[in-house]
Amino acid sequence: MISKNKTIRLTFFALALLAVLFAAGCANQQNVNLEPPLHTPENTLKEGVEYAVDVYDPLEGMNRRLYTFNYYFDKFIFLPVVYTYEFITPDFLEEMVSNFVDNVFEFNNLTNNLLQGKVNETGITLARFLVNTTIGIGGIFDPATSSGLERQTEDFGQTLGYWGVGNGPYIVLPILGPSNLRDTTGIVTDAVAFSLAGPPAWVDDDDITLAFNITTAIDKRHRQSFRYYRTGSPFEYEMIRMLYTSKRKIEIDR
Amino acid sequence: MLNQLYRLMSTCFCLLLSCSLANAYDYPFADRYVATVLGTPSEFAEVLPKDIPTKTDSIIMFPDRKIPGVLWPIDEFYYSYQRQDGPAPLIFLVAGTGASFKSGKMLNMQRAFYHAGFNVISLSSPTHPNFIATASTSSVPGHLQEDSADLYKVMKAIWQKLQGKMDVTEFYLTGYSLGAAQSAFVAKIDEQEKAFNFKKVLMINPPVSLYNSVVILDDLLMQGIPGGMDNFDKFYKGLIKAFGETYKHGKHVEFNDNFLYEVYEYKKPKSDDPMEALIGVSFRISSENMVLTSDVMTKAGYVVPKGLELGRNDDVSSYGKVLSRLTFVDYFKGIFMPHFKALDPNITEPEMIKELSLRTIDDYLRTSPKIGLIGNEDDIILLPGEIDYLRDVFGSRATIYPHGGHCGNMAYPDNVKAMVGFFQTTLQK
Repeated sequence: MISKNKTIRLTFFALALLAVLFAAGCANQQNVNLEPPLHTPENTLKEGVEYAVDVYDPLEGMNRRLYTFNYYFDKFIFLPVVYTYEFITPDFLEEMVSNFVDNVFEFNNLTNNLLQGKVNETGITLARFLVNTTIGIGGIFDPATSSGLERQTEDFGQTLGYWGVGNGPYIVLPILGPSNLRDTTGIVTDAVAFSLAGPPAWVDDDDITLAFNITTAIDKRHRQSFRYYRTGSPFEYEMIRMLYTSKRKIEIDR
Repeated sequence: MLNQLYRLMSTCFCLLLSCSLANAYDYPFADRYVATVLGTPSEFAEVLPKDIPTKTDSIIMFPDRKIPGVLWPIDEFYYSYQRQDGPAPLIFLVAGTGASFKSGKMLNMQRAFYHAGFNVISLSSPTHPNFIATASTSSVPGHLQEDSADLYKVMKAIWQKLQGKMDVTEFYLTGYSLGAAQSAFVAKIDEQEKAFNFKKVLMINPPVSLYNSVVILDDLLMQGIPGGMDNFDKFYKGLIKAFGETYKHGKHVEFNDNFLYEVYEYKKPKSDDPMEALIGVSFRISSENMVLTSDVMTKAGYVVPKGLELGRNDDVSSYGKVLSRLTFVDYFKGIFMPHFKALDPNITEPEMIKELSLRTIDDYLRTSPKIGLIGNEDDIILLPGEIDYLRDVFGSRATIYPHGGHCGNMAYPDNVKAMVGFFQTTLQK
């Protein structure tokens, strides 16, 4: 377990990094009358055309800095931890951890399927939880999927979307990455519900909950292949913003 | 008599049958555009080890060069390598247009060659932003001769750095698409400089004339999306809708490398239009990345005002929108020609176009037994007649498959075996 001192130091380091990034960003303001380039928006773009790449992003300045912050956080803290985990843990054990984490979070799938009135999916989720917790020995195996009961992933962001709530402004969350106001609300709501009424409340032991949260963070990053600035494209921020928005639309429409 | 005739006929028939069996090439997509987009879905691909010990490293080619803030994540030249324990040959891989050293095709090649016992060093294409910013002499990509010379310098610099770590017996070189054409030019430079003395060089799906190929790719966008990029939004929404439906109704669909194939199988598009559009759009996105990087590095005043220094967190989306409307030919006229005309005022556009072609090293390609070629009859980046030209130049050194489009079949077992086997024939000598 990470000692309290170390946690404080890490938090301090992260905050200092954030402060530097914001300060660095503000210094650079240019507003000069320059000779226009060969191709300008005025002589190239037609009026009344919609752009897939346009996503409502009023906090863009802050978001871009958080995007960079996440890159550094990944590089110096998160990924080294994940790679160490991958190095010392055999593949089959990693899979067991993933199964276990997924099984515990069936709680959120259950509540959100229920909130969307998806009776069938709610039943499948309940059955999955029962099968995997018993036959799957506390969830470390996933016999439910192999017997045709597939995972019905839903979160509160999707639930809000299902009931017609729009994206809201795009937000890059520290550490968690691309999101928007609706999905951030979803993440917070899911987390609160999970800890107040879900498995942590059933267990009611802070140390176990903390250990589980750390395991979850590492396991989820381990399963996420996304890496900041991997494309090398100067337009990566815009591309990721567009793709995140589309991905969520697909998940909500499901 | 009748009996004899019957026997003769059945022998003929058997021969014919075995002939056609020997030639059977069962790559799944006969449509050239589908092949180019979907490549080789995993169920048809050669099974290769997933995890290979890969190291990523970087070098600085131009220590005095200042990289503008907007390009900060790529201010050093990145590459990857896999090393073998004990003596083994070393192969350099060169990526295709706009691709990095860790593009899907490159990763697959790395697995194949590492698995076959080679040391591997992988390089991003000279048209990738990272190369343009940190390793290109002019930062004006597309000039075959100059880009290849830059590649050669990068190879030497990396080898300088890694030679203590690898026990290399001999050197090989390969590349796909644009990287294939560059490999040939690099091989020719090596004939003079002899830094590596490449024993064998393999070109996979090269263009013949760069200009012809980029015009084809630019046109595909217009054919696939009537009205071009102005109607991209509609096309994109349709695409997302198709993705959504597949995700909703398809059987156990996940967002991974095979997703596009699942969508294709689910939707079974009736025409080639969406495929052509996808190829065109993907080429256009590569071009946007390439041209913005070049514009920023050379201060050409192409889409970014001259003298405006773009910083780390500056919004670049309006430049992206403008660039999405511009073709490769626009870049050729707007940045490329002015740059090279400043160096050589006598050069004309037609002369330059002619220069950017394998035909300029025709003699070398015809007379160099070390250079081999893998191509496809239906490669979309070739004009009619260009595949015949390649067949004529390489003769028995060419392996041409009936299908595969542009690089679509590179992960197909026959192709992987041909690719690796080309180099292994010298290994056994």
